[in-house]
Amino acid sequence: MELRIDRSTVNRCRDLAAAIVSPVEAFIAEHSTVSVERAVLRLLGVDGVTPHEVPLPNAILDALPPGDRSGGVAIAFGKALAETGLEPAALGEAIAVGRCRLDEFATTPEAAARGALRPHVDAALARLATQRDERAAMLERLPQLAPPLLYVIVASGNIYEDRTAAVAAAEAGAQIVAVIRSTGQSLLDFVPFGPTTEGFGGTYATQANFRIMRAALDEASEKLGRYVMLTNYASGLCMPEIAAMAAIERLDMLLNDSMYGILFRDINMQRTFVDQHFSRMLNARSGIIINTGEDNYLTTADAVSQAPAVLASQFINEEFAHRAGLPDRQIGLGDAYEIDPDLEDSLLYQLAQAQLARDIFPEAPLKYMPPTKHMTGDIFKGHLIDAMFNLTSVATGQTIHLCGMPTEAIHTPFLGDRALSLDNARYVMNAARHLGDEILLRPGGKIERRAQSVLAESESLLQRVAEMGLMRAIEDAVFADVSRSPEGGRGFDGVFRRAPDYFNPFEDALRPAREVAV
Amino acid sequence: MSHVVKPYGDTQDDGKVQLSFTLPIEWSEAGDEVARQLAGKMGLRDAQVVEGRRIATGFSFFVVYGSTAHGVDVDSVKVPSAREHAMSMEEVDAFVAERIGRKIRVAGACIGTDAHTVGIDAILNMKGYKGDYGLERYHAFETYNLGSQVAVEELVRFAKSKRMDALLASQAVTQKGSDVKNFTALGELLEAEGVRDDVVLICGGPRVTNRLATELGYDAGFGRGTLPSEVAAFIAVRLDERLRAAARG
Repeated sequence: MELRIDRSTVNRCRDLAAAIVSPVEAFIAEHSTVSVERAVLRLLGVDGVTPHEVPLPNAILDALPPGDRSGGVAIAFGKALAETGLEPAALGEAIAVGRCRLDEFATTPEAAARGALRPHVDAALARLATQRDERAAMLERLPQLAPPLLYVIVASGNIYEDRTAAVAAAEAGAQIVAVIRSTGQSLLDFVPFGPTTEGFGGTYATQANFRIMRAALDEASEKLGRYVMLTNYASGLCMPEIAAMAAIERLDMLLNDSMYGILFRDINMQRTFVDQHFSRMLNARSGIIINTGEDNYLTTADAVSQAPAVLASQFINEEFAHRAGLPDRQIGLGDAYEIDPDLEDSLLYQLAQAQLARDIFPEAPLKYMPPTKHMTGDIFKGHLIDAMFNLTSVATGQTIHLCGMPTEAIHTPFLGDRALSLDNARYVMNAARHLGDEILLRPGGKIERRAQSVLAESESLLQRVAEMGLMRAIEDAVFADVSRSPEGGRGFDGVFRRAPDYFNPFEDALRPAREVAV
Repeated sequence: MSHVVKPYGDTQDDGKVQLSFTLPIEWSEAGDEVARQLAGKMGLRDAQVVEGRRIATGFSFFVVYGSTAHGVDVDSVKVPSAREHAMSMEEVDAFVAERIGRKIRVAGACIGTDAHTVGIDAILNMKGYKGDYGLERYHAFETYNLGSQVAVEELVRFAKSKRMDALLASQAVTQKGSDVKNFTALGELLEAEGVRDDVVLICGGPRVTNRLATELGYDAGFGRGTLPSEVAAFIAVRLDERLRAAARG
């Protein structure tokens, strides 16, 4: 199946996205955030909590003399490393309990700090490389089944129940398991610590929980002879830290959007833009596939009218991702099957939208989200709508397929719900495996005309945003009818301007080659 | 007079029901029998396990049909409905203009940590739901949609400072009773602040029933499929009653 679309319009959209992102990128280069700095500490090996349950990276940032923040935490921490001779983990604890103060070492030369940091930076980068290579080796030895890769969520609140559910889902055909976070975690300005057994609507993302789930899925992968991927959420106020933890624990995918937190969680836009950039640089190096959140435009407003916004957001997410060094094969652009099922020809509109994304982003592992908005307590109808979603996904060659649950509107999935949903997807996708190859879309027909009009409207939307500037456009509610101001929203106080001597050893090591050349 | 009903399969009073469930056991023929006996203990006669299969190591899924022995007297069931004041948008606007003579101030929010705004948006946003316009479109209302993850304290502060006439609290996440806890916290805080009687207090969400709402001391609760005009009419009528009662002293 292929759409005849105007390639010059597609090129213009990409140029517009570049024009939109460039000024934001300049802004990003001049700023850092508390969460970026905490991610630096985590990568250096700082972990754990104070006796008052404050995560050590937070405690260290809080202990940093106010004047030192703009230089980045690395230099101050590096000076302390040089002077105390402690390992980062031990130094972190010493600072947290007040046995050691970061302002004691103000006179220590910067060169000594850099020298003391170097082996730990190298060790961290080596650890990321080891995990990336391990994933590649496992994928080689335990190949996945053909896409669409069936993706399910687990969300009991208890990591040990989640583990049971994840393994059961993998046996029932799931190729990707995402642990949904406890509702509200995106608004915490710290990452909780240790294994957790209570959460609401999901399970806290912690490094220990990542490790528990990775171990269980590795075991299942060996047993099933196919690698089962693990996903979590690098969104909200702790994007860079989650990206660091995910890299260390070999997660394979992360939800990571350049604008989602701003629009849908009222997180400050400056914070989000800076955070997404550093987290994506980490993702790029770790081989982690990002999943963007365009589905949210469709769940909060009319899906037919929002199609151009989805495409525009895909172009912008792609551009931000490229600038952080992510190759196309790691950019899982989002879309969703959310058109009102009562609308005549809704399937045609869905096909048009899904195929349009496939044609415009041929190398991207597109992430296709299931119907949620029009799912009701009628599980039987819901199962049927999910089947149409499955059909659209396989026919248009989507890559990452989040399986819809018949009980979507009722509860976080039961173990049996997941099995029914995976059965549905496997049946439909097997039955229609090569349907897309056999279909020639009628030139000038409904699907083609719909795709062309979405593309054209997307171009004019991007044009408007490019003229206004992205921050101003968000303020003017161009996206999702939501208005956010540059200084408003959560986490703004964690954004700061970099001093001329700002130093982030990981940023220097991870910076994409293209940027270095500039 | 009683009117006892039982489920209808293909014959009056045959009591046929279907159910499905997962058991934490490896599937075997004995597994089917376990499922059948379980259905029997639930009160089903002639239970038939029509599907039983392994869905993962240590887990099996079953579909069962059977006949329930039980029935319920329809006439004995009374459920207070909050949807009985049916009015169109135009009728609500006219009602409010005539009886209240000013705009009704309404604030809505997803309270607690809940981020699912689909419900509150459907009721408040201009666009509405299923062709039924949201409250923002009415002349009768001055509407404030505070969005997602609004702390109960924040909503109460807002209600007091902006002198709200009606509050809409929405909850979609129900895991471990978090919805009821949040609704209760809101009601209690309004009481503690002495402003409970100043507002028409409404809760909503896919699992909310009017019965639950009245148990929690709310004026009304609206569940799945609720149209904005149903909420609008309820607010208008209830506030009118309130104001008139207050005027009478």
